[in-house]
Amino acid sequence: MNNTKITVKNLDLMIGKHHILKDINTSIPEKKITVIMGPSGCGKTTLLKSFNRLTDLYPEVRLNGQIMIDGKDVLHTREDITKIRKKMGLLAQRPYPLPMNIYNNIAYGLRISGRKRKVWLSKRVEFYLKQVSLWEEVKDRLKEPAARLSIGQQQRLCLARGLAVEPEIILADEPTSSLDPISSQAIEEKFIELKQRYSIVLVTHILRQAKRIADHVIFMYLGRIVEQGPAEEIFNNPKKEITMSYLKGKFY
Amino acid sequence: MRKMKYIEERFFRVLMFLSTCLIVLVLFLIVFSVLYKGLPALSWEMISQVPKGGFYFGKEGGILNAIVGSLYLSVGATFLAFVIGLPVALFMNVYLVKHKKLLNTIRFFLDLLWGVPSIVYGAFGFAIMLFFGLRTSLLAGIITVSLFIIPIIIRGMDEVFKSVPRGLLESSLSLGSTRSETSYRVFFKQGIAGVITALLLSFGRAIGDAASILFTTGFTDHMPSGLSQPVATLPLSIFFQLSSPIPEVQDRAYASAAVLVFIVLIISLLSRMFSNVYHKNKIQF
Repeated sequence: MNNTKITVKNLDLMIGKHHILKDINTSIPEKKITVIMGPSGCGKTTLLKSFNRLTDLYPEVRLNGQIMIDGKDVLHTREDITKIRKKMGLLAQRPYPLPMNIYNNIAYGLRISGRKRKVWLSKRVEFYLKQVSLWEEVKDRLKEPAARLSIGQQQRLCLARGLAVEPEIILADEPTSSLDPISSQAIEEKFIELKQRYSIVLVTHILRQAKRIADHVIFMYLGRIVEQGPAEEIFNNPKKEITMSYLKGKFY
Repeated sequence: MRKMKYIEERFFRVLMFLSTCLIVLVLFLIVFSVLYKGLPALSWEMISQVPKGGFYFGKEGGILNAIVGSLYLSVGATFLAFVIGLPVALFMNVYLVKHKKLLNTIRFFLDLLWGVPSIVYGAFGFAIMLFFGLRTSLLAGIITVSLFIIPIIIRGMDEVFKSVPRGLLESSLSLGSTRSETSYRVFFKQGIAGVITALLLSFGRAIGDAASILFTTGFTDHMPSGLSQPVATLPLSIFFQLSSPIPEVQDRAYASAAVLVFIVLIISLLSRMFSNVYHKNKIQF
């Protein structure tokens, strides 16, 4: 197998009395698309959010176990959490552009990391907007509020904004669920392009999407990982009963 | 069965319509009575001069000292309350999001403070002044009034920042911003229209309140001359004129009230314009 980017060891997550993630052990390969799938409420999103410790924001969350990124435990560390988070770009279920204009949406991440030179910023903004094929659509309206873009454009803007801080990992939480088919396809195509440079973790409940782009699959059910492995293996010969019936569309 | 539903719907619709009418009517009556009694007595002299000898007995002069004093007092107090309140409201919604119980407790106490009558703040301010051996002054008034409006301004802004979606907070943090960068560059921008509304609300309370400044600001017939000097204020000016037995002076009280209404109106319009300018960047969810 390839190099591992994220390793999770014996991870348990409780919210109050609810045991959300149960004994998760997995590893996410570098520069591949790893798809986490499973029915609603099985803990996919929670697992994804614990990678960059967004779980810190939720009341009564307790985490036990280890999440290692590049061999460093991110749950028990004295390292600055903002540095850890910067390594991982997040693409949420629906786009959350920042309340500022299109240009500043990309430049924001660069500015907070101390890059202030205007010429340099403009070049980078253009570069990242081109990366997500948004440049042609917005180049004449960079000073307009991001809120005026369509939802599909906003999601691509959010992807560009995430790429601009030069992460190593992209965490995508059902990034196409609020998009139309054409915008969804654009995002999927981007992911396939981007996996040459980034490790992508994609949470999805769209089975066809998983089949189209997954290299590695993690199948979760009721807070546990039921099965994981290379995509062809899971899709063509699932070993567990539950995986089989999920793949046949017996439950959601 | 269907008929019952129809009647029910009809009944509540009429009820809502009537109560809306009632509120508009009362508002209209208040403004109308103030203007009806006040406008005839309102003159250029009234708003451009300070009281001269015998002003409170119907002689010459105006209420310029009270207009300027009230503006100084409420602008000062609103500014002070804003400077203290903004970080608190941001802290509650960006730093304390994980601590739901603590947040609920803080909100409960702020609501309690909001409900405390302003005369209690006046008495508290007075006690502090006595303790430090201060005289009635503009500064004492500003501090007392800002104490009184801080809960209002914090809760006003808190409600605004509370409605900022969690996803925006998560997105901002995922870009590697610290919580303070998220506070001032994302939350503040997203909520600016609401922040301005909160400012306006507390300014309105500050300029219109008489009880909290009764003991702390004092009163004078001169123009405000410094932070450590007493200043005149519109609510107290109205109070003194209205308690006069002379009808002419009473009419002037209504004129002063009309001035107060105009100031609040102008401030509202200005802040509406101002908030519209910033509203365009807000993301609608």
